[in-house]
Amino acid sequence: MTRAEAEDFLYHEAALLDAWKLDEWLALLTEDARYLVPSNDAPEGEPGATLYTIADDIHRIRGRVTRLKDPQAHAEFPHSRTRRMITNVRIVGGDGGESIVEANFVVHRFRRNEQVSQFVGRYRYTLRMVEGKTRIARREAILDAQELGSLGAVSFIL
Amino acid sequence: MREIVVCPRFLFSYHTSMSDLQLVINDPAKLDFRVHRAAMVDPRILEQEMRRIFDRCWIYAGHASEVREPGDFVTRTLCGRPIILCRDSGGEIRVFLNVCRHRGAVVCRERKGNAKGYYCFYHGWSYDRDGCLDGVPGQSSYPASFDRKQLGLASPPHVDSYRGFVFVSFDPDAQPLRDYLAGAKEYLDLVVDQSPTGEMEIIRGTQEYAIRANWKLLVENSFDDYHLMSTHSTWLNYMKKSGVEIPKPPKGHVMPSHGVGKALGNGHAVIDNENFRGRPVAKWIAIYGEDAKPEIERIRSEVFARLGEERARRVCDTNRNLVIFPNLVVNDGSSVTIRTFHPTAPDRMEVTAWALGPKGESPKARAVRLDSFLTFYGPGGFATPDDVEALESVQQGMQAWREIPWSVMTRGIDKEGEQLNTDELHLREFWVHWDRYMAAPGTLAQEQAR
Repeated sequence: MTRAEAEDFLYHEAALLDAWKLDEWLALLTEDARYLVPSNDAPEGEPGATLYTIADDIHRIRGRVTRLKDPQAHAEFPHSRTRRMITNVRIVGGDGGESIVEANFVVHRFRRNEQVSQFVGRYRYTLRMVEGKTRIARREAILDAQELGSLGAVSFIL
Repeated sequence: MREIVVCPRFLFSYHTSMSDLQLVINDPAKLDFRVHRAAMVDPRILEQEMRRIFDRCWIYAGHASEVREPGDFVTRTLCGRPIILCRDSGGEIRVFLNVCRHRGAVVCRERKGNAKGYYCFYHGWSYDRDGCLDGVPGQSSYPASFDRKQLGLASPPHVDSYRGFVFVSFDPDAQPLRDYLAGAKEYLDLVVDQSPTGEMEIIRGTQEYAIRANWKLLVENSFDDYHLMSTHSTWLNYMKKSGVEIPKPPKGHVMPSHGVGKALGNGHAVIDNENFRGRPVAKWIAIYGEDAKPEIERIRSEVFARLGEERARRVCDTNRNLVIFPNLVVNDGSSVTIRTFHPTAPDRMEVTAWALGPKGESPKARAVRLDSFLTFYGPGGFATPDDVEALESVQQGMQAWREIPWSVMTRGIDKEGEQLNTDELHLREFWVHWDRYMAAPGTLAQEQAR
């Protein structure tokens, strides 16, 4: 995978998430995909031994999407508006059909009453070629904030 | 009729009607219990809470497992003060105010670690692990009366622990911790008795987040089962879809299983529920996966063999959401979470939450525990963000307190005997004691001198 291909893929994913096209986003994931957000004070943990903010397997990722589409997911109803800025995309490893891709992100989140927040950090992806298409086997969003603090919750897909 | 009155409770003028003088109306004869919403918005009330509640009660400082070896430390903010929780050279747990005796800078600026001592970079004063002042640059310029022995790191007046839970009190006249904890001790015992070694430990990874709501709303929420079915329907749906059987509520119940609310004395209270949502120690449910079943069964057998059937059933088959007055929550449900929170404004609190597990737990059991934790709890869970949303929504509504001054808290008030987890006896217990602390006598001068 070239950097340009990785960038195109990440921008496409970001557009789907910002548009809340969550089913289309799900289709980008492999059957064994993981979605991870480490605790702010333990960015280099291991989900089975360290408390994360989010450590989803594919079953819980699908459950998360089902939940987020339900108006009873009160923290995201009405949905936040988000706008993702993705930069500094690098291929940092990989072999065979997989590439490890890192990128910096700023996700701006807007809710009513001027509730504006910026989630800043680094993505670490494992992208895998499945039947000729790029798919996400693992996506980890590592926040730079020392604590979540006023960011409050990670209730949308970061 | 509205008029300006001087309310002795608050020591300030309060523009209100006469009937609003009390913040908590507790009138069992009239089956009336109400809480005044000014208690959630008025900065003067928060200031008084800091002096009359947070500076008087025993406050959770941390867990013994966070500082295992001599020199281990963690730093945090407690009741507005920077503190160091650490182990001294003799292996004793100590709490120091993280403040240089010279000019007041903090002497430890790292989150955690192991220290030979503590050092104030401002003028170079240094303290050893035991808090003794052991270095003062240019000490010869101080007068002969300068006594290093008198200038060690200061501690809160009282530091004590119960089964690994470390508390401090800033009140020199505080009652002993064990007396203060009253009936809450038994529930902490039930939590700790999950561990074959008798020791629990904080698992690495801390959830620290702010909520734009009054801190007392999180107290209520933490053991208010009345909200579960409506606030957390997406979590329940996910559990059902994952193969977990969610029973229909028994007759007269709101929740899928029977549970009670209990007052434990001194403002502590608990909900004590039959489990339906699984427990890492030790009730298997489908969402844990078939491969986890033998391990959960093994844990269950160990608990039964160690504690006997009756107590083992309580440990393994019941949940408890415990509030230790004023700001410690131990939720022993889908997993065990310790949660404490401190107000920074009437409409803002900072929450710190940890996962607690048996020391020496197998990697498989630990993974189940953490996975189960994250499905429900925390800022990325399927439930906690909706709780936060509910609290922030309540806080917005509190802005209309002048028009709608009272929150109703009477569920179960006309019942004899047992109160359900969805009744509000346990919430009333908190508020009655909150009111008692806030009404404690004291002059403004004494308040300011504290």
